[in-house]
Amino acid sequence: MNAKEQYIAFMTILRKEIRRYTRIWTQTLLPSAITMSLYFVIFGSLVGSRIGEMGGFTYMQFVVPGLIMMAIVTNSYSNVVSSFFGSKFNNSIEELLVSPTPNYIILWGYIIGGVTRGLAVAVIVTVVALFFTHLSIYSFPVVIGIVTLTSVLFALAGFINAVFANSFDDISIVPTFVLTPLIYLGGVFYSLDLLPEFWRGVSQLNPLVYVVNAFRYGVLGVSDVSIEFAFGMIAAFTVVAYLYCMHLLNSGTRLRQ
Amino acid sequence: MVPALAIENLSKTYGNDFTALKGISLKVEQGDFFALLGPNGAGKSTTIGIICSLVDKTGGQVQVHGVDIDLDFAGAKKFLGVVPQEFNFNVFEKTRDILLTQAGYYGIPRTIAEERADHFLKKLGLWDKRNTASRMLSGGMKRRLMIARALIHQPKLLILDEPTAGVDIEMRRSMWEFLQEINASGTTIILTTHYLEEAEALCRNIAIINHGEIVENTSMKSLIRRLHREVFILDCRDDLPRSCAVEGFVTRQIDSHTLEVEVEKGQDLNTVFKSLSEQGICVQSMRNRANRLEEMFVNLVEGAKG
Ligand SMILES: Nc1ncnc2c1ncn2[C@@H]1O[C@H](COP(=O)(O)OP(=O)(O)OP(=O)(O)O)[C@@H](O)[C@H]1O
Ligand SMILES: [Mg+2]
Repeated sequence: MNAKEQYIAFMTILRKEIRRYTRIWTQTLLPSAITMSLYFVIFGSLVGSRIGEMGGFTYMQFVVPGLIMMAIVTNSYSNVVSSFFGSKFNNSIEELLVSPTPNYIILWGYIIGGVTRGLAVAVIVTVVALFFTHLSIYSFPVVIGIVTLTSVLFALAGFINAVFANSFDDISIVPTFVLTPLIYLGGVFYSLDLLPEFWRGVSQLNPLVYVVNAFRYGVLGVSDVSIEFAFGMIAAFTVVAYLYCMHLLNSGTRLRQ
Repeated sequence: MVPALAIENLSKTYGNDFTALKGISLKVEQGDFFALLGPNGAGKSTTIGIICSLVDKTGGQVQVHGVDIDLDFAGAKKFLGVVPQEFNFNVFEKTRDILLTQAGYYGIPRTIAEERADHFLKKLGLWDKRNTASRMLSGGMKRRLMIARALIHQPKLLILDEPTAGVDIEMRRSMWEFLQEINASGTTIILTTHYLEEAEALCRNIAIINHGEIVENTSMKSLIRRLHREVFILDCRDDLPRSCAVEGFVTRQIDSHTLEVEVEKGQDLNTVFKSLSEQGICVQSMRNRANRLEEMFVNLVEGAKG
């Protein structure tokens, strides 16, 4: 396929992905808006007012970046995992496999599809957040860079999950037992400074710590970890995940018999 | 002219160690209308799966219009349109969107894709259903949608895996006509079927596959002729004369007392006996030699019913 044909194929996948999650928006876009509003009300307003300051900001201001990131992570992930597994499940993935579309276009189509959903939800959550607190952005380049990298990374992770999933149960196991705990322990709700030394060290192994803190740095200008290091880690995770996804596609793992 | 499809010694062993294809070879010329006939589990879908990259082959070569799938799979795929045996679309997508999406996967610009999609929707009687989610189509409509989808990039070779399964007789006829039209306009067609009648109505050449092996590969005409030919073995009382023959029939002298006669459709045995009597030959008993091909078809038909 020449470059123009590849572009058309990419846009076709992307358009199909967007059509999918907007068609079922009550399952894809709405839940995050509702959950996050509840978080804002409970942790930000009710409980938050008793907690006082965290890292030099009101508790509400402190948790908002983490919650937005949480929405981005879960939505990019679950979009790709449900969509790609779904198309394996109903065999419509064969439409792509019999076509001359190269594997990297297939991958990027699904990944960017997930990224757009992550971003769409991020915008919704941000708008909701503005009802509760004032938000200003400390560094646009950091915010844009970290949001893009993170949503790509978790879309890739969702893709890997989809490749190996055999049932619809399998696509909720990782989000429930891995992703959610990592997010909760990733410093969304607390500053790592509050942790004892040992647990602060353990937390350094959690990729979500870098994601949440880098984003918080972009919004508030404070972070528990070095921002360069955070970027480096996320970028490294992303490259490894991308190469692994390409390997899965090229070898036809769980796609071809 | 390179053949539309050339398969050389193709084999497939699935992950569970089951060998579905035992080294088959096949050649389909451009413009042909070709039938791949075989009972359930013969290996038809496996063969098609390999050609269109849904199944990894274990050994052998496949060339589509001279393009080796091992060397340039994307190039080979452009020549190829496939109608699979099982429905495989996203049931929530609308009919027309399914066609447009498939066109996009081949890099076809939107405006051209829309023209073609509308053309095929009309042509295949799906125009009224263009904005219907595919899950709400009837089985026959779904099959026609899969045909439209396979044609959207104007492939030179169209492969259909049991296209008329679950399609009523009237619809089947109009589908046949449509396929003949496509074939007449230059598209090579390969279809798999359980029905000899279907192959006979449509195809010029045929291969019969059973247990992962090609057991027959010939023109439809000669196959039908052989199918309708019966061979009788006549046991005679006396020694047969050396030059024993029956005019208009192919005969073979097996030994001094045994004569084999081939009887084509439309010929009758009376003529044979009359001629033999005139030659003073007395037939004591007669039996039918098993027709290997016919046996196979009895199995096929039973297989298709079961
Ligand atoms: N994924 C698989 N794993 C293991 N064995 C398989 C697999 N797919 C097919 N087979 C086996 O390979 C053989 C050939 O199957 P195939 O689907 O090619 O037959 P077919 O000729 O298309 O039959 P039908 O007319 O029923 O569609 C069968 O015995 C089948 O059980
Ligand atoms: Mg089959």
